[in-house]
Amino acid sequence: MSLETFYYDNRIVRNFSFAAVFWGAIGMLVGLIIAIQLYVPDLNLDLPWLTYGRIRALHTNAVIFAFVGNAMFAGVYYSLQRLLKTRMFSDVLSNIHFWGWQFIIVLAAITLPLGITSSKEYAELEWPIDIAITIIWVVFGWNMFGSILKTREKHLYVAIWFYIATFVTVAVLHIVNNLEIPVSLFKSYSVFAGVQDALVQWWYGHNAVAFFLTTPILGLMYYFVPKAANRPVYSYRLSIIHFWALIFLYIWAGPHHLLYTSLPDWAQSLGTVFSIMLIAPSWGGMINGLLTLRGVWDKVREDAVLKFFVVAITAYGMSTFEGPMLSLKNVNAIAHYTDWIPAHVHIGTLGWNGFLIFGMFYWIIPRIYQTKIYSKKLANIHFWIGTLGIIFWALPMYWAGFTQSLMWKEFTADGYLAYGNFLETVTQIIPMYITRSFGGLLYLIGVFIMIFNMRKTVKNADLLSNEAAEAPALVSEDITKSHKGEHWHRWIERRPIQMLVFSLLAILVGTLIELIPTMVIKDNVPTIASVKPYTPLELEGRDLYIREGCNACHSQMIRPFRSETERYGEYSKAGEFVYDHPHLWGSKRTGPDLHRIGKKYTHAWHFNHMYDPTMTSPGSIMPRYQWLFKDDLDVSLTEKKIVAMQKLGVPYDKGFEKEAVQNLQLQAKEIADELKIQLQDPVTEIDENKEIIALIAYMQRLGTDIKKEK
Amino acid sequence: MGVLYILVVISLILAIGFLLTFIWFIKSGQMEDDYTPSIRILFENNTNQKKNKL
Repeated sequence: MSLETFYYDNRIVRNFSFAAVFWGAIGMLVGLIIAIQLYVPDLNLDLPWLTYGRIRALHTNAVIFAFVGNAMFAGVYYSLQRLLKTRMFSDVLSNIHFWGWQFIIVLAAITLPLGITSSKEYAELEWPIDIAITIIWVVFGWNMFGSILKTREKHLYVAIWFYIATFVTVAVLHIVNNLEIPVSLFKSYSVFAGVQDALVQWWYGHNAVAFFLTTPILGLMYYFVPKAANRPVYSYRLSIIHFWALIFLYIWAGPHHLLYTSLPDWAQSLGTVFSIMLIAPSWGGMINGLLTLRGVWDKVREDAVLKFFVVAITAYGMSTFEGPMLSLKNVNAIAHYTDWIPAHVHIGTLGWNGFLIFGMFYWIIPRIYQTKIYSKKLANIHFWIGTLGIIFWALPMYWAGFTQSLMWKEFTADGYLAYGNFLETVTQIIPMYITRSFGGLLYLIGVFIMIFNMRKTVKNADLLSNEAAEAPALVSEDITKSHKGEHWHRWIERRPIQMLVFSLLAILVGTLIELIPTMVIKDNVPTIASVKPYTPLELEGRDLYIREGCNACHSQMIRPFRSETERYGEYSKAGEFVYDHPHLWGSKRTGPDLHRIGKKYTHAWHFNHMYDPTMTSPGSIMPRYQWLFKDDLDVSLTEKKIVAMQKLGVPYDKGFEKEAVQNLQLQAKEIADELKIQLQDPVTEIDENKEIIALIAYMQRLGTDIKKEK
Repeated sequence: MGVLYILVVISLILAIGFLLTFIWFIKSGQMEDDYTPSIRILFENNTNQKKNKL
């Protein structure tokens, strides 16, 4: 048995770490800006690319994929090499992975504020970027599996299992949810429509939380918590059970995002059942993490790293208890669409993800720089200010959620809505919005303290780019032996795990190509005869609605409760959404639901409201959309859009695409003429070519088809 | 709701994939030893010469 010397690549760990901190600070700053915009709408300075609807997606994408993503890769590259006793498979792949990922983030940071979005939450990026993500993700997987093949250890430590599950599942989710038909380089339509699109979206959305924000972080927890505590994990057996139970259950929980919607009941119940079962493995993991600290609690008192870990794991426990509770239909009926949900999410992201990552960086950075942290005191201050930040963030939002939901559902003794004007329920919670943004500010200050501390730590230290280590080579009877000189696919045959992954991907691609076009298109046969496709003008208006991110604050899904049918009108039916590529149900009601907004107000009302919401609704926190009144509607893609819709099975007449623009102009003229009469204002100029006309056309169409039937 | 079948099929493929991996893990002895792996990761057998290569 000969001892081999090899070198761990610390440079790539450093790169990913710094990138995570850099993008994290930016993503959180954007978060703070949108939090303040909720009570100072003018903060967008009337600039489209600074407006809530657009940059909310920038915030979520930046913190999920840029902050947690880069941090995850930093932690994986650090721990994987040490767990496998090998250098990463290829430095070239490591660098392609790093720079490719940063390039994608830059593209996201440019396109999202420009309104280039698919509108699907956490999958907003348009199709060329989706393809780039797929390629870079495969590079990551290739590098990881290549390293696993070079292992000098017989056993794969449980953290690696979490990394593998992350890679496989995220790949599948990303591809399925982003199946779309391109119209141009910057515009595409989801191949799924309405209910189906919503289901795919939340199957993805929930698993993005599960396999991007949970499993990789758990892998990191199983490595870094024992290392920082210098104690073995409480129960390795429990970690095995935790892993397998978690990945089996998570895939099925998605429909709990669609309770009381038009999704078939049995699918809703399936989601609920699996969500409840998830408590068991989640809490198994939490207990395992916390009990790892048995006997070293005295260290927690001084060590900021362990403090961060303790709060992170506790937050994980809280949010994985709350999640299943929110999946109960009776609890969900209260919480859904309110600020309770962002509160729940931020316990997970600020607490679990953020704190585990901060702790990890305080541990890794001094080590790869062969030094001590510049200031333990500042690290502790970061911990306390961050913890306060989480509390100030979450508590007001829970309060706001309860308050608003109760107000929405309150009836007077005579049976009328007690707060018939939605705006009353918004102005009521503005103090909570203010407090929440203070919490966000504290958390962000903590991050800047960390950046200062890190900067000082590395300033006079040298990065140990290639850290030497020694380990014996694996002996030949191991299944993991090297196979020099053998046929190239031997390694796959001897490595069932790789074979599984590749066959899985192969099967999936086949299934997708076979099934999706036929099933999805056949399925969109209308069940309600009066529901018709959108006119070209309405379709363009809908694309403006998507561009401006209206669905970030407005739902289009009325649940079958009396409090909702009284307020908004008839509850939403699955058959009404068959031409909605993509669906725009939304997940949050910062403003009222819009599914039955059509014909409820005059064109003039919408015209004034979009120009300055406070004109029609004093105290409104909606931003002004005055650029819609200045910019001409771009009709250069209208024909192509109709063709794309036809491909997706939307029954426009043959040859209609040729008349689409003409049809659009006719309807625009009609609306502009009606608008002139309604406004009775000789001063205001109405130009039928402006974007606002298309948006009004779409708004006036919403939810009206069903009324024609009667 | 054809998409349900697609999602169920994909989810099942994933789940079956995980199941087969699970069975293989058991057979290959990945789960025989449920103690030493947790200890092993605590030892860094780095060489004493912690210097940069090149």
